[in-house]
Amino acid sequence: MHEEIIVAGFGGQGVIMAGKLLCVAAMNENKYVSHIPSYGAEMRGGTANCSVVISDKEISSPTVPKPSIAIVMNAPSLAKFEPRVKPGGLLIYNSSLIDQKPKRTDITTVGIKANDISEAEGSLRAANMAAIGKLQALKPEIASLDSVIKALDVVISARNRKHNDTNIKVLKKANS
Amino acid sequence: MNEKILMKGNEALGEAAIIAGCRFYFGYPITPQNEVPAYMSRRLPQEGGTFLQAESELAAINMVYGASAAGARVMTSSSSPGISLKQEGLSYIAGAELPCVVVNIMRGGPGLGNIAGSQGDYFQSTRGGGNGDYRQLVLTPATVQEMADLTVLAFDLADEYRIAVLILGDGYLGQISEALVLPKPTGKVFEKPWALTGAKGRKPNKVASLRLVPETSLEELNLVLDEKYKKISAKECRSESYLTEDADYLLVAYGTSSRICREAVNELREEGIKAGLFRLITAWPFPAEALRIASAKAKKILTVEMSLGQMIEDVKLSVKDPERVDFYGRSGGMLPETDEIKRRIKAYGN
Amino acid sequence: METKTKDFKYVYDKPEALVDKVTHYCPGCGHGIVHKLLAEVIDELGVREKAIIVAPVGCSVLIYDYMNFDGCEASHGRAPAVATGLKRVNPDSIVVAYQGDGDLLAIGTGEAIHAANRGENITTIFINNAIYGMTGGQMAPTTMEKQITATTPYGRDPMDVGFPIRGCELLNTLERPVFIERCSIYDFKNTLKTKKAIKKGIKNQIEGRGYSFIEVLSTCPTNWGMKPQEAANWVKDTMVPYYPLGNFRDN
Ligand SMILES: Cc1ncc(C[n+]2csc(CCOP(=O)(O)OP(=O)(O)O)c2C)c(N)n1
Ligand code: SF4
Ligand SMILES: [Mg+2]
Repeated sequence: MHEEIIVAGFGGQGVIMAGKLLCVAAMNENKYVSHIPSYGAEMRGGTANCSVVISDKEISSPTVPKPSIAIVMNAPSLAKFEPRVKPGGLLIYNSSLIDQKPKRTDITTVGIKANDISEAEGSLRAANMAAIGKLQALKPEIASLDSVIKALDVVISARNRKHNDTNIKVLKKANS
Repeated sequence: MNEKILMKGNEALGEAAIIAGCRFYFGYPITPQNEVPAYMSRRLPQEGGTFLQAESELAAINMVYGASAAGARVMTSSSSPGISLKQEGLSYIAGAELPCVVVNIMRGGPGLGNIAGSQGDYFQSTRGGGNGDYRQLVLTPATVQEMADLTVLAFDLADEYRIAVLILGDGYLGQISEALVLPKPTGKVFEKPWALTGAKGRKPNKVASLRLVPETSLEELNLVLDEKYKKISAKECRSESYLTEDADYLLVAYGTSSRICREAVNELREEGIKAGLFRLITAWPFPAEALRIASAKAKKILTVEMSLGQMIEDVKLSVKDPERVDFYGRSGGMLPETDEIKRRIKAYGN
Repeated sequence: METKTKDFKYVYDKPEALVDKVTHYCPGCGHGIVHKLLAEVIDELGVREKAIIVAPVGCSVLIYDYMNFDGCEASHGRAPAVATGLKRVNPDSIVVAYQGDGDLLAIGTGEAIHAANRGENITTIFINNAIYGMTGGQMAPTTMEKQITATTPYGRDPMDVGFPIRGCELLNTLERPVFIERCSIYDFKNTLKTKKAIKKGIKNQIEGRGYSFIEVLSTCPTNWGMKPQEAANWVKDTMVPYYPLGNFRDN
């Protein structure tokens, strides 16, 4: 297993954290992981993304110019990353916020109403969890749902851990 | 306690310094190393240590000078433009033989450049960016684990040789999060009879680099330093040779670019091409002997850097038949590409 | 549809000295407002073709891309020295050093004080937003007591790192500056006052009178973690009581 993943969206959608969640979950299953955020001036436009590599082998290059999986949470991120996905790769897009359909036919594209699912559980802030839940269902070899849920306690700061019940509900909902 | 945690390179560095017994940190904000001062500002007070945001890098390095002269384990960190400002202080630190750890999370230059990772400060680090006849130890981590492990080592080396140890990382290493097993303290204790602790029951200590009479004392000092540098060169070269024994093609790199080279080596091997990687762990002293051995059979040696060619000079000075040495580099914050490395190796033919 | 343009007259237009371009500043940031005021003043005084903006290192590092006149980068904190060089070579040019609080009162304190003390015939605009904006919100020399920043996670403790530095008062101890004023952009009235002060500062330079210093209490909603209006209120309620607005010197 070797996946190179981009998670992208608005600042505040929790894309950096979603990437870390995958890393910790996979790390605890003894896989190699790396996570690198876009940083500095790149952040000032209001968009954020992170590059995540999860692999059975040692990770040489932490950068992800051509992702095998892209999770895009808003329209600008779809525009930016859809063309970069490797042929045969997977694109998960947040269809709550993205009206247009992806154009590529040589990749698998999956829409998920991430904001709607999150909102239905009483919070708008868990949309990232919906995307991760969906990814886990499609690519269970990255990490088990159980590992992802356990990783929440590590990745979420103590201050926000009270929201973890909601996070878990959204994860599971999107996963089923 | 061998538990794996996910940690950012810059924070791993900070925690490792605390593990190594560093209780004093002086620094000034600059991207892409801002997580180091942020981390230290939170953690050091918890450990009874001192975090101080200096008014400039100039001030920061001189606070380091003072703390080191007082006998403490002390660290500062910055990125390229800030390290430039620290050069004066580093020269004084070398002259006064003070131990300290200085971290450079390199970014693109020259000038303000940009904030993406780069390896453009190799010359500045290994040739001495300040004035005078001096050297500093330069460690070049390639993973978050090494950022931590080499930091612990750096404090011991600094104390052992009374020298500044530079940890030369780059923006990617500072920003990347990877699995980390926190290193353990080495437990080594270093006596510091030269430290300024008050002349009670001993002759007064002086920490200085000024040597006014040229015939006697400055050259004397320089010769003492030179002895020390020779000893370090003999004892402290570090490197990693990966699949080099039968390598027809040898890649030479350090830090982030070495990771990309490693991937290229693995992929080339899968295609039956005998490629290998020689990776620096110390840039000064340069592991020349190990490189000579690793490159013995290579038809071609490709130096890969995130600069337009700095380490290559040391590579050429080290290997037999330097005409075998070729170069591939990206600069201004760009990364070398695995495919391009492979393309070049294949283009060398049989 | 045809409009009889001759019946209309411009009551408002983009200043010629301002490049028609979207800035990179965050919503509610004070930098953009002050840029515009400066451009208006440059136009009104007709000095666009003689003006040189010296950019700091900080969020406004790209100010030369927004000003439709000559511009010069300076390394972090050195704008007053660079401005000195520019001005001494071409005394007829109008040189504006635009600096943040980290730039002017931390790393560049030496240059700032000495350019003022020499009475260089330049105009300094000092943007005090109580934070290091560009690097992601670390403590600035002007950060308020107890203010939480990336490097004061427990709040600024004056017994450890000193009290916030008052730039105008500090420079007011020097003999040679001719004009020192602190203003703000937290509301419309004060923004107009800021413009007036900048205009006075540039006029002084045109008349060869010497060094002018205009401090602007500004906003950084992003690193303060506030909405734009909250940030404006924070300037008024928290900063102004410590940094009193008004003129300190007008010789
Ligand atoms: C020598 C050097 N040290 C540090 C930096 C990093 N740096 C860039 S901007 C800045 C501070 C900016 O703060 P301020 O002057 O208050 O401007 P603001 O962004 O708040 O407008 C720092 C420390 C640098 N570019 N050069
Ligand atoms: S970070 Fe602060 S100072 Fe910088 S552009 Fe944004 S609001 Fe303005
Ligand atoms: Mg500021």
